Amino acid sequence: MTRTLTHLERLEAESIHIMREVVAEAEKPVMLYSVGKDSAVMLHLARKAFYPSPPPFPLLHVDTTWKFKAMYELRDRMAKESGMELLVYQNPEAKERGINPFDHGPLHTDMWKTEGLKQALNLHGFDVAFGGARRDEEKSRAKERIFSFRTASHGWDPKNQRPELWNLYNAKKAKGESIRCFPISNWTELDIWQYIQLNDVPIVPLYFSAPRPTVERDGLLLMVDDERFPLQPGEVPVERSIRFRTLGCYPLTGAVESEAATLPEVIQEMLLTTTSERQGRAIDKDAGGAGMEKKKQEGYF
Amino acid sequence: MSDIAEPVYQTEALIAEDIDAYLEQHQHKSMLRFITCGSVDDGKSTLIGRLLYDSKMIFEDQLAALEADSKRVGTQGQEIDFALLVDGLAAEREQGITIDVAYRFFTTEKRKFIVADTPGHEQYTRNMVTGASTADLAVILIDARKGVLTQTRRHSYLAQLVGIRHIVLAVNKMDLVDYDQVLFDAIVKDYAEFARGIGIKSFVPMPISGFKGDNITALSPNTPWYKGPTLIDYLETVEVDNSAAQAKPFRLPVQWVNRPNLDFRGFAGLIASGTVKPGDQIRVLPSGKTSTVSRIVTLDGDLDQAVASQSVTLCFDDEIDCSRGDVIATSASPAQVADQFEATVVWMSDEALKPGRAYWLKIGTQTVSATVQAPKYEINVNSLEQLAAKTLELNAIGVAEITTDKPVVFEPYGDNRTLGGFILIDKISNSTVAAGMLHFSLRRAQNVHWQAVDIGREAHAAQKGQRPAVLWFTGLSGSGKSTIANIVEKKLFAQGRHSFLLDGDNIRHGLNKDLGFTEADRIENIRRVGEVTKLMTDAGLIVITAFISPFRAERDMVRAMLPDGEFIEVFVDTPLAEAEKRDVKGLYKKARAGELKNFTGIDSPYEAPERPEIRIDTTKVTPEEAADLIVERILGVWSPDL
Repeated sequence: MTRTLTHLERLEAESIHIMREVVAEAEKPVMLYSVGKDSAVMLHLARKAFYPSPPPFPLLHVDTTWKFKAMYELRDRMAKESGMELLVYQNPEAKERGINPFDHGPLHTDMWKTEGLKQALNLHGFDVAFGGARRDEEKSRAKERIFSFRTASHGWDPKNQRPELWNLYNAKKAKGESIRCFPISNWTELDIWQYIQLNDVPIVPLYFSAPRPTVERDGLLLMVDDERFPLQPGEVPVERSIRFRTLGCYPLTGAVESEAATLPEVIQEMLLTTTSERQGRAIDKDAGGAGMEKKKQEGYF
Repeated sequence: MSDIAEPVYQTEALIAEDIDAYLEQHQHKSMLRFITCGSVDDGKSTLIGRLLYDSKMIFEDQLAALEADSKRVGTQGQEIDFALLVDGLAAEREQGITIDVAYRFFTTEKRKFIVADTPGHEQYTRNMVTGASTADLAVILIDARKGVLTQTRRHSYLAQLVGIRHIVLAVNKMDLVDYDQVLFDAIVKDYAEFARGIGIKSFVPMPISGFKGDNITALSPNTPWYKGPTLIDYLETVEVDNSAAQAKPFRLPVQWVNRPNLDFRGFAGLIASGTVKPGDQIRVLPSGKTSTVSRIVTLDGDLDQAVASQSVTLCFDDEIDCSRGDVIATSASPAQVADQFEATVVWMSDEALKPGRAYWLKIGTQTVSATVQAPKYEINVNSLEQLAAKTLELNAIGVAEITTDKPVVFEPYGDNRTLGGFILIDKISNSTVAAGMLHFSLRRAQNVHWQAVDIGREAHAAQKGQRPAVLWFTGLSGSGKSTIANIVEKKLFAQGRHSFLLDGDNIRHGLNKDLGFTEADRIENIRRVGEVTKLMTDAGLIVITAFISPFRAERDMVRAMLPDGEFIEVFVDTPLAEAEKRDVKGLYKKARAGELKNFTGIDSPYEAPERPEIRIDTTKVTPEEAADLIVERILGVWSPDL
């Protein structure tokens, strides 16, 4: 008896296959865990891929110390539930210099995230790192392979990518070189949401609308998540019904005003919305049309 | 933007009114992966941009950026340049070309689509093949103003090569030719002829305009004469090959053995074909050990059945040896195991193939060491001719024999992409240097061992006291090849040499009586002659052949079959006027009168050798003198070695 697999079933099978290939061929893999919805799905897929074993690699959170509180809570809970080791890395130099998104602009992302990631990978000697990037997010990601090869200095050469045919992945590399692996490359934002709904995948509550303290700044609606948020003269936090379409450092992540408090409502809003998901993030605007490509060449995930 | 049609296939109303119903519908959609390909500037990226735009996959902020970019660097004047949506790399936008595959996603009421936009330039063939390898369907674009071009043929060939069964011929830019039906029909006819030649059984032609939107989502009033489906209609309804894969015998390449504790041992992998249930009898390959499936384990509970394309973990009734690289197959119909194959190889590295060098070969979950022999021939993808080749350069496609150091579980690529498709990895640089498709196994390896041990070709040659060689005479009809070849053999015979003269007509009466005079048959004729000469040189003989053999490629093909130095090309150089004047068999007269077609020198070219080992100018020497010269030359060169 034959049956037609749905697109989600095929995507799930593909992602699980990718993760198992990594575990079979890598010396020391790690899963980058950002606590966002894409990370949540990736973690869930990993648990499926290796069940009844726990996923045979640690979770790595490259922390900027500026994430939302709710993200830190879910992170610790999920590490416990999955039975995986959680590694948290904070760039000591950024910490010492007190790098923060309010005073340092793009340097904040560069030092905490890009440099922090490179340091963490070098420190532990990880040779393959899973990331939750999707090809529908951004133009340069649409061109990236599932197994994306990086030089010893973590550089990406977009003009010289390894051919990647069928579901055959080349995981061979020299010492010092590494691979970024994107098991959910072919998922769209809608796929992610629907999968979360159908599989009850735990996500940060900030994706759902609730009354939260906010200020409006540079066209972004920012949430005052903790006492480190420096209010400008005359600025008073206003309680608004907001939610987030994407999560990063709270001072850099714009919220949207919304009443969507359930998954179907969130999906409905997502489908009817007219702006793209990453618009709420400052990072893509730094270097014009090729911002992400440039960041990736420098070693950003 | 006035001429951009309103999006018609988004179910916005349903989303707004009943999101649960929409999600239920969306959840059960199937998935189709396709590629767009064709020549540079045929509008591939524009078409994808159009599909994304029409399916509302472009958000306001992206559209605003697109409008600004279009004005700044676009190629469509003040109008929206959809290509900018897709060409994502900085170098691509600078040069206005597509370098690498871009994967894009959109969804309609019926299906979810993943589309790979593949580059048109020949230098990026490897990226095109990357995109094509996972596709179910290819949309081949043709610029209506230009018709079928070299790139169209190349991409169609590559699509056919990687096994894409559904082909849409999208004749694009119809708006620029006034939606001319006659022109459209002519292009379709032209393409059909070519497609038949490379084995494409059917294709669906459509007149479209990616830029204006004609026949993309709705039938266009500009082409009332077109009765077929719109592009989207077709993409939504074309049969996806899920069921075909499930109907084949069960195969699961083992990726990873799951052993959380002493009580559990599971074998994880993606089912390549067929279906599996608990209780099924299986056989582990290559060991051949059998067992029974006891459980299909998943996080969501055990399954009653699993099908092709699912990732599962299987447990067996008893503890048999099974690890990564093994293939679990239905015991009733297991896959083949072999260590020598014929395969089509697509070379993807700047550094050319080194025949005999060891590469890693990855097929399914098996990685073995493998060597590739010098190609039997290379395929000129533009003309589809088979050319002789000693190696394969970047983007070259050839057929070669591959030997692995361990037996490999496989199936012909045409039956199973997972167990028939492979990549080659350079052992030093670790880069993926080639992709290949297995045709069949060769069981010659044992025979060669068995024969070579005691009486090999050296022994045969030594017994005859000579070094084997092929004297390959080539030249126009009536140039004097056969005359000189005959005298040469008589002279060799008189000196006690062991030789044999292969006569073209005799061979066509026996070994090659099934062959005609089409180009393919002529190449096969020479290939077989080459194989026979090879056998005869293995036996230690000096082989003399006299064929017009007008094409360099065929002669080089035979040269490539033989060890270095054994192929002696003898160019009997007689000017056409002289040969025609002699006209011993009266053939030139017939050809001039139009009674003989494809006659070399008259209406079919003769490609003179560029560097023949021996050149005979028959206007200066007699046949007798020429034969002396040849015998002296070959024996003079070889005798000291004996």
